[in-house]
Amino acid sequence: MKALNRREVVASLLERRGALLVVAGLGSAAWDCTAAGDHPLTFPLWGAMGSACMIGLGLALAQPERRVLVVTGDGEMLMGLGSLATIGAQRPRKLAVVVLDNERYGETGMQKTHTGYGTDLAAVASACGFADSRIIRRNTEIAAVRSSIYRGRGPLFFQVKVKPDALPLVLPPRDGAHLKHRFREALLGKGAAAQ
Amino acid sequence: MQRKTSKSSSAEVIDWPAAIHSALKSQRVRQVSYVPDAGHKRLIELCHSDRGMIALPLTSEEEGIGLAAGAWLGGERSALLMQSSGVGNCVNALTLASNCGFPLLMLVTMRGETGERNPWQVPMGQATPEALRLAGVHTLRLERAEEASAVANTAAKIAFEEQSAVALLISQQLIGVKSFEEKR
Repeated sequence: MKALNRREVVASLLERRGALLVVAGLGSAAWDCTAAGDHPLTFPLWGAMGSACMIGLGLALAQPERRVLVVTGDGEMLMGLGSLATIGAQRPRKLAVVVLDNERYGETGMQKTHTGYGTDLAAVASACGFADSRIIRRNTEIAAVRSSIYRGRGPLFFQVKVKPDALPLVLPPRDGAHLKHRFREALLGKGAAAQ
Repeated sequence: MQRKTSKSSSAEVIDWPAAIHSALKSQRVRQVSYVPDAGHKRLIELCHSDRGMIALPLTSEEEGIGLAAGAWLGGERSALLMQSSGVGNCVNALTLASNCGFPLLMLVTMRGETGERNPWQVPMGQATPEALRLAGVHTLRLERAEEASAVANTAAKIAFEEQSAVALLISQQLIGVKSFEEKR
């Protein structure tokens, strides 16, 4: 199987990102987003596994005019599977979820996840009411994914099959308060911290 | 302001869920997430019918902690409604609040207290205040309807003005006891 390179996929999705707001799930997805360029409007997680999609939903509901992208891994998504139903019930039009699916728990020894046993996350998202939900296996499909994320009608879900490579760690800042403050300041302006 | 209803035949009863709703309004809470509890029935209805709020059901309580964090990143305030059994589902997600200093306002209806008829509710109800304390969440108690406005406003101020995590624990004696005898 010719699975994709996760770093290249994320770099393609985040280059010339404009006003895009990004939430990155813990572990490799956060390293991938950081490798594409540390950015104040990316909120990378170091914990709270299973929360990435819900943070994306809260952000999308608060900022309905902005595009919001959640980038996470299959293990993180599996832990928050119920959040797909919660998002499906709200149907935020400008929210997209990209799951980088290497079918492994990459940070803990490459144990097989449920997607490696056949769980079809895209089918789950579709059944939960996402407007478009697909499994992506080829590089030639990434341009269309990018176009949907920036212009399509959500909620959108892309389960991107990627190679289970152990790539160099590219770490975002660890200080959660700093990550929060810089995001709010970049989005809401200088006075945001006291709001 | 606290409104009154004539629900009781003998005396006027303070509409404490409406008082909490008013406190949420005055604190500019917009996203109200919940896993339902019978004790939250009226407050959930008030939030759903409020055009200035988005009331949304969760599949599990910890989702509301992520939602509140995302709301805050986007410049909005969120509150999370649940019963005490849901606190057990929240523990790891609560590290979002402690690691990042996200404001968090939890409104928790208590089970396993005076009058509880389901013994399976008792262990989590009893563990709730300590579980929250261990997770770094301040707790306030609401015991009497007439205190609802003041206590809910205080809880919201601790959450949003001090930017910390707070749970308002609503006494089972206030919400009433599930009887298991009435038919739906």
